[in-house]
Amino acid sequence: MKKSVCLYFQVHQPTRLRQYRFFDIGKDSHYYDDFANRTILKRVAQKCYLPMNELLLEAISKSKGKFKVAFSISGSALEQFDRYAPEVLESFRKLAATGKVEFLCETYYHSLASLNAPSEFIHQVEKHKLHIQDTLGVTPVTFRNTELIYSDDIARQVYDLGFKTMLTEGARHIMGWQSPNYVYTAESQPKLRLLLRNYALSDDVAFRFSEKGWNEWPLTAEKFAGWLSDAEGDVVNLFMDYETFGEHQNAESGIFDFMRALPEAVLKAGLDFVTPAQAVRNIKPVASLSVPDPISWADEERDLSAWLGNELQQDAYNKLYSLKEKLAIINSPELWADFGHLQESDHLYYMCTKFFSDGEIHKRFSPYDTPYEAFINYMNVLSDFIIRTNYAEQQI
Amino acid sequence: MRVLMFGWEFPPHIAGGLGTACEGIVKGLSYNGVETLFVMPNASGDEDQSATTILNASDVEVRNVSSTVEEFINKVKFFYVDSNIVPYVDPEEYFQAIEKMKAEGLTQTSVGFGQKFKFSGKYGANLMEEVSRYAQVGGTIAMQHIDEFDVIHAHDWLTYLAGIAAKELTGKPLVVHVHATSYDRGDEKHIDTRVLDIETRGMLAADRVVTVSDLTRNIVINKYGIDPAKVVTVHNAVDFSGREDISVERGVKDKVVTFLGRITFQKGPEYFIDAAAKVLKRTKNVRFVMAGSGDMMNRAIKQVARLGISDRFHFTGFLRGADVQKMFALSDVYIMPSVSEPFGISPLEAMRTGVPSIISHQSGAAEILKYALKVDFWDVDALADDIYALVSYPALSEFAAKQGYDEVNELKWNGATAKLKKVYESLL
Repeated sequence: MKKSVCLYFQVHQPTRLRQYRFFDIGKDSHYYDDFANRTILKRVAQKCYLPMNELLLEAISKSKGKFKVAFSISGSALEQFDRYAPEVLESFRKLAATGKVEFLCETYYHSLASLNAPSEFIHQVEKHKLHIQDTLGVTPVTFRNTELIYSDDIARQVYDLGFKTMLTEGARHIMGWQSPNYVYTAESQPKLRLLLRNYALSDDVAFRFSEKGWNEWPLTAEKFAGWLSDAEGDVVNLFMDYETFGEHQNAESGIFDFMRALPEAVLKAGLDFVTPAQAVRNIKPVASLSVPDPISWADEERDLSAWLGNELQQDAYNKLYSLKEKLAIINSPELWADFGHLQESDHLYYMCTKFFSDGEIHKRFSPYDTPYEAFINYMNVLSDFIIRTNYAEQQI
Repeated sequence: MRVLMFGWEFPPHIAGGLGTACEGIVKGLSYNGVETLFVMPNASGDEDQSATTILNASDVEVRNVSSTVEEFINKVKFFYVDSNIVPYVDPEEYFQAIEKMKAEGLTQTSVGFGQKFKFSGKYGANLMEEVSRYAQVGGTIAMQHIDEFDVIHAHDWLTYLAGIAAKELTGKPLVVHVHATSYDRGDEKHIDTRVLDIETRGMLAADRVVTVSDLTRNIVINKYGIDPAKVVTVHNAVDFSGREDISVERGVKDKVVTFLGRITFQKGPEYFIDAAAKVLKRTKNVRFVMAGSGDMMNRAIKQVARLGISDRFHFTGFLRGADVQKMFALSDVYIMPSVSEPFGISPLEAMRTGVPSIISHQSGAAEILKYALKVDFWDVDALADDIYALVSYPALSEFAAKQGYDEVNELKWNGATAKLKKVYESLL
């Protein structure tokens, strides 16, 4: 059997909060920085989404359908496309129409609801699934949780929601001696198939590609295809942020040329492309994996510490989710929408205080100068949201 | 490695932070195997000499230590002054000194050889005279102890002339240590040019200039025109050993937000008051305290009254010793909104007491304190927002208090002086 390459790209844009002073609490309930959100989205659309979608579309037609990829697009990102750059949605529709692109399901708001809010988790997964059906005309059958967060407990919930396949990180502390390049099953739910990110090869593209100090620089498609071909196992899972292309690695780095040449180089090396759904259809699982504590694809620790590692993050998270029963009783569309956007994991990520190891990368993606500012701004917004929730409850 | 160090004061009798810093430095140097001979104008005899040997300049005769009087005078460019305008004193003391001077009339300064000079060692009205006499005595001491040190180290402009004299007479390398500059003491239009001149002479004559922050380093390079290659930052540290935790009973249930320091332009008191008014519009269970005195105190009181927040904003006047500790212990939030602060040790004291602190980006301490909240001094909205957050969101204040406590306990002089030792070594 041929060895396969499974490419999946994550598309997400957070709904950034505006600078929300405590003076605004109880007075102004518009929380979002529309200007920043629009400006950033338009920039990324021009630099990444549009040219890269075009490139992938060409690759599919040039390879006569042998080239395949998968996407997961968060509901928050889809909302922003709809509002600020409908042409991006259009180009994703074109990709969907080829039948060679799989779209995955995730939590609509790119949230951490899977960790302790089961009903909210179900709600967001269903909402995302419906939204993908409505906008792209396809029904997702594979699940990927926010930031590839995974545990035995989450595996059970995901299977119960009707998914047969789930993506997660090939975290070293889980895999031990085992290779991520095989299909596994969940220990807690043997019918759920797992595909594991090969972080070494994924990061060669996502992080190291333009690093001139890297001894493999410059990375060519032929060289990379050679590494894929040399890798042991059945399927090499290359999972990365879609913004890698043109945004994290800029066009001048040659990343587009690399991606343009990659499909042919991989096929020439005797491998084929699969989407996650195809991978689990073709390939038999080799073992089951037990993951009692949640893992993710973030930072060195590959755990939840980027979002819930300090007291600030935990407090913000608990305060927010403590409102869910009240909101269910009130059942107001406006409150649900804000509740959803406030759940975006990015808000917690900005409050991360792991300054020294992965601090740099956190800083790069944060609109705030310090984690304190992130917390203060978020809590001011949340304070207003709590006032509104309490008021709405009294009105019932 | 042995160092001849010129200071102005040394605990227990101190007026400012310079003496405390000097004590930390000689102890840290001792830990790092560096011996110091510490010269000060007026030692009392009760200084802790476990880490250094203190030489009292008041006990030393100004002597003809060079071959001729002319040569000595030539090498030590004496600095005669007869004016009493002194920028370094506390504004209140300054006011009193001027009054006293007016009453007594000017006194002529003269230098007598073979005489001892009784230094006050304070920041008094005859400071300029003391500074120039200190240079003469400094030169004498350096010659008397010429075989006992390798490097000369002078702390702040008060001792620069002594440092220069010692260098001229012995030919040994000079390090000047900038704890503050004229540009931090007031706005540029009111700088005392004589102090500025001494500072510049000291920095130019020095083989290395040590600054207490990168902020000060930039001032030294940009305002004094000193070659960046010889300016090195060694951040201050703080010695908390022997500190006992103080417990106080609180009289009010409200959260207490404190400003502690001189009420002068440099410390940014008006930004603190404006921020207080903004916070009080939003929440009532907070009180603000301005502890200290200074030339802007009356203006500050008027500003508070004008804003109509006097019932929630309190002035304590100048606090001493244990009262300072008590004030920290009573506080929930500490604010240092300085317009220009070479370092700023007070937030470290606050954080050591478990009080979360908000400091301005325009302070040297901001360069090393990760767990203090930081704002630009002029950004009153941001300051108000941070105060509100610290009194309203316990997760934030607890986190900042705990992390801040751990952080400042790590800031040890042993580490800072290891860097200082490297500076010395680079000169030999």
